[in-house]
Amino acid sequence: MNALLLVPAALNADGTVSSGETVLFWVIAPLMVLGALALVFSRRAVYAAVSIIFVMIGLAFLYVAQDAVFLGVTQVVVYTGAIMMLFLFVLMLVGVDASESLIETIRGHRPLVGLFALGLVVGLGGVVISAAYSAPVGLEALNADSNPVGVARVLFGQYALAMQLTGALLIVAAVSAITLTHVERLLPLVTQRRVADAKMEAWAARGARIAQLPASGVYATHNGADIPALSATGEPVMASVPRVLRVRGQQLEIGDFAPNIAAERDRPTGQSGLPNMPGEPAPQLTQGEEER
Amino acid sequence: MSLTNYLVLAVVLFTIGGTTVLVRRNAIIAFMGVELMLNATNLSLVTFSRMHGNLDGQVMAFFVMVVAAAEVVVGLAIIVSIYRTRRSASLDDVSLLKH
Amino acid sequence: MLASIHTAPLEAVGAIPATGAASLAWLLVAIPLASAAVLLVAGRRSDSWGHWLGVLAPVLSFLLGATIAIQLLGLPADDRVMTTQLYPWITTPELSIDFGTRVDPLSVTFVLLVTFVGSLIHVYSVAYMEHDIDRRRFFAYMNFFVGAMLLLVVADSYALLFVGWEGVGLASYLLIGFWNFNPDYATAAKKAFVMNRVGDVGLLLAMGAMFTTIGSVSFEDVLGAEFSAAWATAIGLFLLLAATGKSAQFPLQAWLGDAMAGPTPVSALIHAATMVTAGVYLVVRSGPVYLQSPDAQLAVAIIGAITLLFGAIVGSAKDDMKKVLAASTMSQIGYMMLAAGLGPIGYAFAIFHLFTHGFFKAGMFLGAGSVMHGMNDQVSIRRFGGLSTYMKVTWVTFMMGWLAILGIPPFSGFWSKDKIIEAAFVGEGWHPWVFGTVALLGAGITAFYMSRLFFMIFHGDKRWTKAPEGPDQHPHESPALMTVPMVILAIGSVALGGLLSVGGSFVTWLEPVTGHAEHHEPVLPVLVIMIATIAVVLAGVAIAWRMYVAVAAPMTAPHGSALTRAARNDLYQDQLNEAVFMRPGQALTQGLFLADEYVVDGTIEGTAFGLASIGRVASRLQNGYVRSYAGYIVGGAAVAVVVMLASRM
Repeated sequence: MNALLLVPAALNADGTVSSGETVLFWVIAPLMVLGALALVFSRRAVYAAVSIIFVMIGLAFLYVAQDAVFLGVTQVVVYTGAIMMLFLFVLMLVGVDASESLIETIRGHRPLVGLFALGLVVGLGGVVISAAYSAPVGLEALNADSNPVGVARVLFGQYALAMQLTGALLIVAAVSAITLTHVERLLPLVTQRRVADAKMEAWAARGARIAQLPASGVYATHNGADIPALSATGEPVMASVPRVLRVRGQQLEIGDFAPNIAAERDRPTGQSGLPNMPGEPAPQLTQGEEER
Repeated sequence: MSLTNYLVLAVVLFTIGGTTVLVRRNAIIAFMGVELMLNATNLSLVTFSRMHGNLDGQVMAFFVMVVAAAEVVVGLAIIVSIYRTRRSASLDDVSLLKH
Repeated sequence: MLASIHTAPLEAVGAIPATGAASLAWLLVAIPLASAAVLLVAGRRSDSWGHWLGVLAPVLSFLLGATIAIQLLGLPADDRVMTTQLYPWITTPELSIDFGTRVDPLSVTFVLLVTFVGSLIHVYSVAYMEHDIDRRRFFAYMNFFVGAMLLLVVADSYALLFVGWEGVGLASYLLIGFWNFNPDYATAAKKAFVMNRVGDVGLLLAMGAMFTTIGSVSFEDVLGAEFSAAWATAIGLFLLLAATGKSAQFPLQAWLGDAMAGPTPVSALIHAATMVTAGVYLVVRSGPVYLQSPDAQLAVAIIGAITLLFGAIVGSAKDDMKKVLAASTMSQIGYMMLAAGLGPIGYAFAIFHLFTHGFFKAGMFLGAGSVMHGMNDQVSIRRFGGLSTYMKVTWVTFMMGWLAILGIPPFSGFWSKDKIIEAAFVGEGWHPWVFGTVALLGAGITAFYMSRLFFMIFHGDKRWTKAPEGPDQHPHESPALMTVPMVILAIGSVALGGLLSVGGSFVTWLEPVTGHAEHHEPVLPVLVIMIATIAVVLAGVAIAWRMYVAVAAPMTAPHGSALTRAARNDLYQDQLNEAVFMRPGQALTQGLFLADEYVVDGTIEGTAFGLASIGRVASRLQNGYVRSYAGYIVGGAAVAVVVMLASRM
């Protein structure tokens, strides 16, 4: 007996399910429906994605409750774990903050869709309810050696060719994804030499910065995003604060977080001009000593 | 409660998935609706498998999952490449094929 | 009633297979047709010798026709109807028609007339058309006409006759419109052809009636068959319609005057001697059918009487000499039709008058052509006068024809026309009085207008045109090639009638075809009729002399009385045709055109437009939005599911 199988999935003699399963169903099913409705009605794409993940996990519960343990785990691993993650990645690419307006552009679409949906529910529901089924058998016998073994017997027995074909299908899908998103190089490859030349030209034209800014951590005294980094001369580099914060006016001045550094910086120093570097001015050399 | 309840739930989820496809303008969310429809079908397959005492239903559901995975890969790749060229993932923007 | 004159059906002589020359009767047709074909195909290369070939063809036919006539004369009367079968034409289970020839006295008479007069006119044309660049084509058409006319008269069935009938119609069209660069001439040709066509419907209907009743259209079967009175009347009237079209009888007479647009030899041959007599041939040939329908016979006689007077009145007022002769032809053929409508007693006289008329009318037409030749193609008789001293041969030959048509004894017209007038006075009730009086009156008017013509051309003061109002006239006699045929025809006008009347030989000759008619006394004594005829004729001549010789004839037409002006306008025949037939026909055509454009095309286009509109409305479903299309899919699925559910309930 499989220890993982904690839910009694056995059917009663007349085809009804056990009370435990009933409770499970009536808890999960409404939540799933609500999640699905959230998929339809939520304005933000990420909310919709999370709702559908919720629905899929609920489905995994139901699969396990129906003696389809292998499928339930596969559902979580493949669907929720891989496919929905893929959705989320693409959402990030496409625009995670894009929110959709709920105004319908096509005239008369909403009522028509409502009608069709209602018709579909009523129709299919009616078909399903009114169909005459034979007495449910249950999967006790087939799952005797645990469900994965039972599934494996059928899968690798009858459907071995289908397995191979789906394998090939997956390979084709992966290759096609690469092909479809391939971008042709329209501009020549930017090499390091060209980057350097471009920087020199920009400096010559409009005095742009040639060298890199110091990496984060160098001359750093704080690591908040709203605190500007310091350059070697002690000046704050406003470009190191994210543009969003700058636009919102949320960046901090050096004096706000490190008054000592500001004081040190503002202390008049000797000729070297570097902070914390005291000293007398360099000796003046006479004309003759220079020549030596 | 009989197994028919699962089937009704599957029908409801299927319809909601279909409605999503029809109502939402964002291509990715419409795609998610399609995934929901496939899942609903899987649920009904599993229920029928239990009903008939036959594991073929579960195997079919398994294959549906595999194919759905492949379909999602290709579909999202298409959406990404369309987005790259048109800077928009709205379904209403591709409306040139009209009278 | 005319029925009392002949009680038994016509004892038609049965036909026997042809032997000897009669079996070669098809050559009569083939030679001129072959000549026409050669002349047309050879084209300009044959311009130098074509006309001689064109003359040779009818001459050869005449020689063959004469041989056949001699052969027939040597046979007993019962053996004189001979048929030859050439080859099958239409072979269906219900109807079979063969190409075949029928040689009997009637057809041989016509063959001789057509070929003899035709040959003379062909010779005349060599000189008359000398300056025309298309002379060879003219001879080709003339030969074609001769061939078609001969086919008409030697055919042994109505169907083959119809082929010849149409052929002469075509030849008439081609020849009237010979100078088709003149649009008026081309229109005249069309008018002739179209009016002929109206008559042809009659012949087709008659053939249809024959086929319906006895299932055959050959002479053998039709002329020996018995029809019910109704069918016989129907066939008779249809044939009468055909005859009126071809012979320019009332009501289809309007084309003959315009047909004078063709060259004069054409007028002489076709519209005087031969083609226009085809109607009379048809009526006489169908004698046995008419015998079974007294009503149809009466109709023929009435038509003939009307046309007789019509032509005479019109001819009295015309100034174009060819049109006067055309009206005269119309009138004389009216005489022939009147005679043919009187029954067997009249058939022979109709053919006799036809025969003599061919000679003297053709002679007068050739004379007119000679006058035109000498007077720069002038046709108005008001600008002639005093030509007797300048064109002696023409004057004498024309005078012979004039005297013949007047019916002065012993010229040939007297023998034939007088007999018709006598026959017109035979009968019971009102028939003899009406027909006889009409014939007598017609004779008088004929005398008047023919004398008017003769005097205004050849006698009186010279009223010739001078430059600059017209060309300077230097009348001169025509060359020998033109005068010799005129002389020969004049000899015929003088002598032929008398010769053929000796012992009633002509009537006896035709008896195998027309049947033996018992002699009946006219209601007036013969002598009285004869004296009355001569009296009215002389009166007509005297009046004409008084008006046009004793007094100088005016050079421009005077205003004249209402009748004169009406006669100048052909008694308004064109206006009548226009009002009764043309305008309604045009309205019908216009209506059909509009119906086609608006109803037929409108329906089609309206349907197309409707469908297009539906399409346009339906195309609004294609709004380009993917979500709409997905919605349609879901909607369709929902509908399908609901239907499936409902069907299971």
